[in-house]
Amino acid sequence: MDKVLMINHEKCTGCRLCELVCAVKHDGASNPVRSRIRVMKWESEGIYVPMACQQCEDAPCAHGCPTGALHRNEEMNRVEIDYDVCIGCRTCVSVCPFGGMTFNPIDRKVIKCDLCDGDPQCVRFCEVKAIEFVAPDDVGVMRKRDAALKRSSACVESAA
Amino acid sequence: MALDRKVAFINLTSGETEIKSIPLDVRKKFLGGRGLDAYLLFNHTKEGCDPLGPDNALIISGGILTATCASATARTHIMAKSPLTGLLGSANMGGFFAPELAWAGFHHLVITGKAKKPVYIFIRNQEIEIRDASAIWGKTTTDTQWAIRDELGDQEVKSCVIGPAGENLVAFANVMTGIKNAGGRTGMGCVMGAKNLKAVAVRGTLDIKLAHPMEALEHNEGFIKQITGAKVNQTQGTLGTPFIWGATNSWGGVRTRNFQYNQCENADDIEPERIDEICEETMGPHHMTGCFGCQVHCRAQYKIPSGKYAGKYDEGPEYTSQGAFGGEPDCKSAVTVLAGNHLVNQYGMDNLETGSIIAWAMELYEEGILTREQTDGLDLKFGNDDALLEMVERICYRKGWLGDVLADGGIPASDKIGKKSFDYLIQVKGMNNLHSDERATPALALNIATASRGSDHLRSRPAIDLYHLPEKVLRKIYSSPIPYDGPLSSEHTSYTGKPWMVFWQENCYMAVDCLGICKYHTTFLGATLPNFEDWPKVIYYNTGLEMTPEEIWTIAERSNMMERLFNLREGLTRNDVRKGDTLNHRYFDEPCRRGAPDVIGKKIDRKKFNAMLDEFYELKGLDKNGVPLKKTLERLGLADEPSGLL
Repeated sequence: MDKVLMINHEKCTGCRLCELVCAVKHDGASNPVRSRIRVMKWESEGIYVPMACQQCEDAPCAHGCPTGALHRNEEMNRVEIDYDVCIGCRTCVSVCPFGGMTFNPIDRKVIKCDLCDGDPQCVRFCEVKAIEFVAPDDVGVMRKRDAALKRSSACVESAA
Repeated sequence: MALDRKVAFINLTSGETEIKSIPLDVRKKFLGGRGLDAYLLFNHTKEGCDPLGPDNALIISGGILTATCASATARTHIMAKSPLTGLLGSANMGGFFAPELAWAGFHHLVITGKAKKPVYIFIRNQEIEIRDASAIWGKTTTDTQWAIRDELGDQEVKSCVIGPAGENLVAFANVMTGIKNAGGRTGMGCVMGAKNLKAVAVRGTLDIKLAHPMEALEHNEGFIKQITGAKVNQTQGTLGTPFIWGATNSWGGVRTRNFQYNQCENADDIEPERIDEICEETMGPHHMTGCFGCQVHCRAQYKIPSGKYAGKYDEGPEYTSQGAFGGEPDCKSAVTVLAGNHLVNQYGMDNLETGSIIAWAMELYEEGILTREQTDGLDLKFGNDDALLEMVERICYRKGWLGDVLADGGIPASDKIGKKSFDYLIQVKGMNNLHSDERATPALALNIATASRGSDHLRSRPAIDLYHLPEKVLRKIYSSPIPYDGPLSSEHTSYTGKPWMVFWQENCYMAVDCLGICKYHTTFLGATLPNFEDWPKVIYYNTGLEMTPEEIWTIAERSNMMERLFNLREGLTRNDVRKGDTLNHRYFDEPCRRGAPDVIGKKIDRKKFNAMLDEFYELKGLDKNGVPLKKTLERLGLADEPSGLL
């Protein structure tokens, strides 16, 4: 499985259904603090940005972990927590540049996105496709297309 | 569990709080949300209580499904005795407040008393704190919310708040959450203002455990498909509720110049497509947003493109604002609609009532009933956009003679203005009507006449009556879950079978409000959307409660009767044009002058209307005066109210 979450925050309507289904899928309960994905909002400007683990190739959380509880699973293309080794020190929460690591205050443990073992529920339920599950090289191609379209539109406009 | 969410009783006079569980038998009688609110209001207020006094109970709630794994369980319901009508006060809003309240441990808050100085309530994980609000008193609705977040140091706090209008006791001040989610009707913000309560802020991290989480998750996918599969919701998700304007105005269902016409002519600038253009120009291609867990995303984002308020960000405008600041005052500029919408959102006052009461004043001004002296020099003619927006501000801050008079609401204002001004007021039970014109649609006329909170389209409107659906289709919808073999008509100008449709919708919408979901997710604007037959599974998977469609129907019927008992206690009588189930004389006397050929010339036939009302009462189990029969109360288990179970 070589797929990543691709988040296009411009499409996000801010409904937070992704948070709900993530918590229900993993823990059987509705509670945003159980969700591995959270929508950050600036309501007064209408900006909503879903944030989740980037499954980094060279993950700061794994580097920072004093007990070596975090590692990359290449087969699943994700960073995983070994709860037998994790001591709950939350260093990973501090060092992650994306806020991808979260401390769940109810179970008193660190949680992170596990891509739902290949069937991410946030993707399944996101009607507007603000979150998609795609091959990493596709992300670049899609970005190129968007940028190219803008550039070509600019060319057309400047010629007009 | 959703079922373990509690009720908090908060007394602002004494500062005392009490937390109670909701007994299962009460749940099974009223579910939650509006139904249980009605029970609490009837049980916690006394006959004749002053809406602005400490004895009025302000109830804020979520539904039984709030924050569970069902689609769009976003609705917050607010109830109290209304300062606008003196009858049932009830308002419902989307956003993110009710789910946060549920995560904080509560489904219902019952707030009584009056604080000595401005306060706000902060609830975090079942801990209740009453905090000083002197620093935020005077702020607009959004500034209030952001100030509370900053003060508490938590950007995830959700608040429902009042703006300056609520503080100034404008009778139709609303309660706001987020940018534009408004518990708009019946002056619930005025009740908060009277209690010196600026806001209720909540933050929760408590689990809502689901009875059957994986089944709820799987089921939700199909449920969502049913909701988003409806064309009407796809259109809502593109244009928002303004899309309704196009069709309604073209057939002649939009009251214009208060009630002089039923169609707004030459109004291209406020057509949904034009408003959508402005949203796209100012906020980009992805400018639709939504409430908690909702896929319909019917709310547009915009910045006001020009004029005095250029650059201001807001959300909407809803269909209501097109009428309130467009059709009714005959101001046909998108910028005016967007600015009017922005002002009422910031001030915290009901857009519908505000636009409607100003349009009424405009008609009075043009008829010479209001003088220029009374308007403090304002040329309050129809089509005067600047005067319209100026009047919004004057009402909010009670500026000038007329601003102060209108802030008290339509009927008290008509008493002060005199000179037959009341005859021009398009109201039922003291609350003004939406900008819709029901003269050609008897079913819709019966709906507004009998709606429990005064003239209103969200209580029992059979909107699909306008679609001319084949009788076979109507019968399929309207003969379930309770068999109905009486007459039904696909013709919207007919009086036949309409009482049953209104009765059915009344129960459908009550059920929706008890569940805590949105009316765009049921048989309101779309005929294929979920209703009684679809809800038992959602309720069961999420809460574990086993219920048949018939049982949900009975709960809705009971809850509606509870509201009626409240209204009867507070003075509702059948034919009272101020407090009854009837319409302003203009519906019966002035024919439609514009619109489709089968609409022009239409007015409501008083005799047929009364026959519809008789039939409606009979369906509800009421006598000819609209009072429930003893056997009806016994059947619904309401013979001993107030029963004091909670």
